[in-house]
Amino acid sequence: MISILPNILFTIIFIFAIFNFSKNVKKIYRNINLGIKEDRSDNKKQRWTQMLRIAFGQSKMIDKPIVGILHVVVYVGFLVINIELLEILVDGFLGTHRVFAPFLGSFYDFLISFFEYFALLVIVAIIFFWSRRNILKINRFWKNEMKGWPKSDANYILYIEVILMMLFLTMNGADLWLQNNANDLNYLKAGAFPVSQFLLPLFDNLSINSVFIIERTAWWLHILGILSFLNYLYYSKHLHILLAFPNTYFANLNSKGRFSNLKSVTSEVKMMMDPSIDPFSAPAAEEVSKFGASDVSDLSWIQLLNAYTCTECGRCTSECPANQTGKKLSPRKIMMDTRDRLEEVSRNIDKNNGEFKPDGKQLLDNYISNEELWACTSCNACVEACPIGIDPLSIIIDMRRYLVMEKSAAPPELNNMMTNIENNGAPWPFNQMDRLNWKNEL
Amino acid sequence: MKKIEIHTFSELIAQGKTPEILFWVGCAGSFDERAKKITKAFANILNQANVSFAVLGSEEGCTGDPAKRAGNEFLFQMQALSNIEVLNGYNVKKIVTTCPHCFNTLKNEYPELGGNYDVMHHTQFLKSLLNEGRLTVSGGAFKGKRITFHDPCYLGRANNVYEAPRQVLEKLDAELSEMKSCKQKGLCCGAGGAQMFKDAEPGDKEINIKRTEEALDTKPEIIASGCPFCNTMLTDGVKNKKEEDNVQVLDIAELINQASDL
Repeated sequence: MISILPNILFTIIFIFAIFNFSKNVKKIYRNINLGIKEDRSDNKKQRWTQMLRIAFGQSKMIDKPIVGILHVVVYVGFLVINIELLEILVDGFLGTHRVFAPFLGSFYDFLISFFEYFALLVIVAIIFFWSRRNILKINRFWKNEMKGWPKSDANYILYIEVILMMLFLTMNGADLWLQNNANDLNYLKAGAFPVSQFLLPLFDNLSINSVFIIERTAWWLHILGILSFLNYLYYSKHLHILLAFPNTYFANLNSKGRFSNLKSVTSEVKMMMDPSIDPFSAPAAEEVSKFGASDVSDLSWIQLLNAYTCTECGRCTSECPANQTGKKLSPRKIMMDTRDRLEEVSRNIDKNNGEFKPDGKQLLDNYISNEELWACTSCNACVEACPIGIDPLSIIIDMRRYLVMEKSAAPPELNNMMTNIENNGAPWPFNQMDRLNWKNEL
Repeated sequence: MKKIEIHTFSELIAQGKTPEILFWVGCAGSFDERAKKITKAFANILNQANVSFAVLGSEEGCTGDPAKRAGNEFLFQMQALSNIEVLNGYNVKKIVTTCPHCFNTLKNEYPELGGNYDVMHHTQFLKSLLNEGRLTVSGGAFKGKRITFHDPCYLGRANNVYEAPRQVLEKLDAELSEMKSCKQKGLCCGAGGAQMFKDAEPGDKEINIKRTEEALDTKPEIIASGCPFCNTMLTDGVKNKKEEDNVQVLDIAELINQASDL
C-alpha cells in the first residue's frame, strides 16, 4: 500500500510554489506599471508575427550560428520536457506512475525517447555555454557590470539546468532498471530510454530497494528543482524565458531611426511660435512633471519591461562602438541598472505599505553616469543586436533629455552646437543667408 | 556638358514653375568644405539627368537632428516646425537629400509634426535614375578598382537601406569588398548622436580610427559612403593612418559624378 501522504505533501508544495510564483508575477506587473503609459495596442497582426518570429522562432539568435543553434536546443528542450512535466504533476497529485503511458501506447515510447535525446543535447549545450563563460572567457561575459551576482546568477542557471537534466535521466534509468528487475514493485513497462539505458550498469550492484530510493529521490528532486527554479526566476536574469514573448510582442515596430516625439514639448513650442495664441486663455496643458527621465518612474512601461526581460547576454555591449573603443558606456549595463533601480523602488514600496517613500536616490547618478550617456552615438547597433527586442538607446535618449531640458547639463561643446542652431539654423556658426554660397563655386 | 543651374523654390514659384523635387542640402552640404563637394557633384548629376529640382537656399534650416539626439527636444521641434512651415508653404511633395541624418529626420520624425513628404536618400534616387535610364554610367574611371562601402547608421540600421548604395556602386564595374562588420552589423563612424560636435568620452581609441582600420583591412583604393559626417570621420581616420595617398574617401554621388556619361 502506498500511503497518500506523499501526494498531499506534493500538492501542498505545488500550491505553495505556484502561489509564490504568482506573487512574483504580480510584483513584476506592478513594477512595470510604475512606468509611463504608452499605447502599444496597435497593429496586432504585425505584433503577433514579430513575437512568433523573434521569440518563438528565435530568428535573431541565429545571428551567431553556433551558440544560436545550441540555444535553440536548450529552448526546444525546455518546451518539450515541459510536456513531460505535465505527466509528472499528474503523477504527483494522484500518486499514479507514468499515468499517460497506457493512453499513448507506442507514442509514449516515442515521446520519452524524444525527451531523453533532448535532455542529453541540453547537457551538451550547457557544458558548451559554461565553457564559453568560464574557460574561453568570452570578453562580453567579463565586463565590469558582470562582476558579482550577475556572474554567479549566470552560472547558477547553468548548474540548475544541468542538474535537472541529470535528475531526469537518473529517474528514467532507475525506472527502466526497476521495470526489468523488480517484479514485486510492479513498475509499469513503459517508455523507451535510449539515453538513460546506459546508466543501467550503475544500478546492477545495488539492491532493489536502493534503486527504488534512487528513482523516487530523483523524481522528487527533479520536480522540486523545477518548482524552485520557477521561483528563482524573479531574482535572476533568467526571466527572459517568459518575458521574451510579451517583450517582442510590444517591441517597437517603427524604423529604428525614429525617436519618440515629446508631445508636451510640441504644445509649448507651438504656443511659442504662434503669436496669435494667448498663453493665458489657452487651456491649461496637462501637468508635465518633467521632461525626460532621471528615474525609473519617468521611463515608459515598455522600457521597464525591457529591463526585466534582459538576460544580460551582452550582444548589445559587444556591438556598441563606444564600448568597443573603451568608453564607459555599456548598453547592457543601462538595462541592468534600470532593473536594479526598479527593484530598489519595488522594495521601498513593499516596505512602506504600497507607497514609494523618496529615498534620495535615482537612476541617474546613483546608477547611470553622465559620462555613459554622452558616449552614445545613437547608432542603434545595440537595438539591432538584441535577440529579444530590447531598446537601450531609448533610455539613453530619455536621460539625455532630462540632462539637457531639466538640468541644462549638456557638455559645453554641445551647448555651442545648440546655440548655433538656435541663432543661425546650423550646428556651426555660419550665417543662414550663406547657405547657397556653394552655388557660386560651381 | 550642360551648365549647372541651381534654383531656389521661391525663384521657380515666382516664375510659375513647380519643381518636382526638393534637393535638401543640409548644413554639412551647405557649409562644410568637404561636404560641399558632394553637394556640387549631386547637383551636377541632377542637372545632367534633367531632373526638375530646386533647393531652399537661405530658407533651409537645420532639421534639428543633432539637437534631438543630444536630448534637446525643444530646439528640435522648433527647427522642425519652422522647416515644415516652409516646406508645406511650397507644397513640397518629394525630397532628396545627401545626408542620412536629414533623411531620417525628415522621413520619420516630421510626419508626426505635420510634415508628410516622400523622402529619399540620394543613393536611392541615384539608383532609380540609373534604373530608369535617365543616367548612364560607363564605369571606366573605376573599372576594377577596389571599393568598400561604409554603411551610415542612419541610412542602414535606422532605415534598413542597405542595397540601394551597393546597387549604385555595382554600376561602376569596380571590385566591391565588404568590411568585416557591414550592413546590419556595420560599425558606426563615431559621429552620430551629436558626437560630431564634441570630443569623445575617455576610452582607449577613437571610434573613427577603429572603423577606418576595418575599412583598410579590405585593402581598398576607395572607401565609399553616403553621409557627409561619415565622410569626415573616415577621411580623418585615413589621414591618421597616413594612407591618404593610397586611399580616397568618396561619396557615392562623387563616384557617379566622375563615372557617368554626362
